Amino acid sequence: MAFETSRRNIGVAPTAPAFWNNPAVRSIAYQTALIGGVIAVGAYLVHNTLVNLDRQGIATGFGFLNREAAFEIGESLIEYSPADTYGRALVVGLLNTLCVAGIGIVLATILGTIIGIARLSTNWLINKLASGYVETIRNIPVLLQLIVWWDILRVSAPGPREAWQPLPDIFISNRGVIFPVPVYTPLYLWMALALALGIVASVVVARWARARQMATGAQFPVLKTNAALVIGLPLVVFVLGGMPLELDKPELRGFNFSGGHVVSPEFVALLVGLTVYTAAFIAEIVRAGIIAVSWGQSEAAMALGLRRGLTLRLVVLPQALRVIVPPMTSQQTGQAIEGIALSMAVYLSISLLISLFMNWYNQFVRLVER
Amino acid sequence: MSDMAEPGLALQPEKKPPAATLGIFGWLRANLFNSIPNTILTLLAVFVIIKLVPPFIQWLLIDSSWTAASAKECRAAAGACWAFIGEWYRFILFGRFPYAEQWRPLIVILIFIAMFLASCDRRLWGRRLIAIWVIGGALVMTLMFGGVLGMTYVETALWNGLPLTLILAVFGMLFAFPLAILLALGRRSRMPAVHSLSVAYIELIRGVPLITILFMASVMLPLFLPTGTTIDKLLRAQIAIILFAAAYLAEIIRGGLQAIPKGQYEAADALGLSFTRKMRLVILPQALTTVIPPLVNTFIGTFKDTSLVIIIGLLDLLGTANNSLNDANWRGFYWEAYIFIGLIYWFFCFFMSKYSQYLERDLNKARRR
Repeated sequence: MAFETSRRNIGVAPTAPAFWNNPAVRSIAYQTALIGGVIAVGAYLVHNTLVNLDRQGIATGFGFLNREAAFEIGESLIEYSPADTYGRALVVGLLNTLCVAGIGIVLATILGTIIGIARLSTNWLINKLASGYVETIRNIPVLLQLIVWWDILRVSAPGPREAWQPLPDIFISNRGVIFPVPVYTPLYLWMALALALGIVASVVVARWARARQMATGAQFPVLKTNAALVIGLPLVVFVLGGMPLELDKPELRGFNFSGGHVVSPEFVALLVGLTVYTAAFIAEIVRAGIIAVSWGQSEAAMALGLRRGLTLRLVVLPQALRVIVPPMTSQQTGQAIEGIALSMAVYLSISLLISLFMNWYNQFVRLVER
Repeated sequence: MSDMAEPGLALQPEKKPPAATLGIFGWLRANLFNSIPNTILTLLAVFVIIKLVPPFIQWLLIDSSWTAASAKECRAAAGACWAFIGEWYRFILFGRFPYAEQWRPLIVILIFIAMFLASCDRRLWGRRLIAIWVIGGALVMTLMFGGVLGMTYVETALWNGLPLTLILAVFGMLFAFPLAILLALGRRSRMPAVHSLSVAYIELIRGVPLITILFMASVMLPLFLPTGTTIDKLLRAQIAIILFAAAYLAEIIRGGLQAIPKGQYEAADALGLSFTRKMRLVILPQALTTVIPPLVNTFIGTFKDTSLVIIIGLLDLLGTANNSLNDANWRGFYWEAYIFIGLIYWFFCFFMSKYSQYLERDLNKARRR
């Protein structure tokens, strides 16, 4: 009650703060002003746009998607000709982007992880080579690198007659990369089915083995069994089907190749450039993740008598993944799809999807705390 | 336990470590051949280096032609044609800027380098550095535009090459910074409208690549404005870069704001500081210092990303190099041109990234055991 007496002593009743000093009132005022401002600016811009479009005679709406595109696209996964619509051209572009990004992300993650681990190698030479790679690639704009890769294929690569042949039946020339593909037979469908079956079976086996190990402590050779299931099942189907191994090999006819599958120089440059560039960033993330796992963990693993490879696989990497995954999300949504222009909405939805998936995965591997 | 206990137990003279662990052989053994897999890796790496490096050096320096008078003479040499760079370096660096006036962009480049170096000096951090940047920026604009002090007026379409790259990156970051602070504070605000608008802006911009925003700015910005207003092409690209960088900077600054202990906010409130003064005097100085290393990294990213403006037809460093390759006489020397500009980009980015790593170590000194 000391509070009461002191107030009485002062003899002045406290006045309520002026209404413009009331936080709630202020908050409402600020927000109303902000929303009003945004709406006003937005309306002004929309008005201007409509007036401008009207003056220039540009029709708005998505009607253009159904009109004839009338331009060529060098490479497409689905049938496309200049007579097709803009809508189909957009789909072709989207599929190309997804194709490059998909293959690129996988390759870059593999290469990046290897280089990230190499940067922590006890081997001085490997360590320095990996550092040199990262420091060089990271500090040069990706567009410059893409143009260099493209020029190597366009300008420096020989014509089809003198094509480089790194492996038998694989040709690199200024027309792109040409490699043999197996001729399609219905058996491949069955092999794909067997592969799917093998993957499902291996998941079941892994669950059962974990449950058994939890209950009885007995280990089950999960890795070997699952490898046998995933690789073995399609192989068995292949052998049972009579091993139809007919390849569509590229052959030099006149001034160009016939047969085989052709990948354009643009596609190869984009894929190689993005892989090399993104791998340098992924290597840094992987390295930071491994460093973040405290040294005591490795020492404990060594004390348990685990070999270096097992230490990395069973102790360090599972913990490092928790640090690696969140930054990797922005790496894969941001970097891999640079370099090609497509509509914003399409990009946004793909990035959000990848982001969503990576966040879900992050939940999965995150450190569980109390 | 004395040394003079028994003659038989006298101290032995110190032995040298085994010869295999000493000197260059010891080093080689410990660092290159300490296990069988490592030995294999080392041999493999040495093989690759011997296969690749000598031919490259041969091409780069020994067989190269430095003084060839014409492209024909250059093509005869087996190595690199540095005479191409000798012929074209002024175009690659300054583009179509009037030839006689090219000392101006040269001074601009030097001013930028001086400002970078000044920013590395931590004694200058604070008001003095802001003053340096404002004066430097004004000088850069005066030199590029001209029209005063007897310098001829040069339109922005002729600002090409390295000065353009530097202007887009530096001014992009400078103007993005205040916007980013507002966005970061907005994202942490408890007012739902402010919060959701900030989140929407940041996530929308971060979800799309810079190219699409550059396209938007170059194609659609004129449509948004009242009929008859035209905006300079350079300014359009600059606005796109500012809007783009702001979203990324905002997320970094938000990280810094989150790292400040709650006690600091409460202490500022207890002192009766208003929101603005609380932020300006207590929170932001601490938050911004902790995030300087990632800020530098974002700057490096922006610096590299400016090369994308080539797609909307601005001639930055990459653009001028590309244009020089279109000359009919000198076609095909793309390696030389790209190595030249690649080195320029690399020097700027490498030193900035080394500086940010040094800073990170130094700022974390107190927190490290």
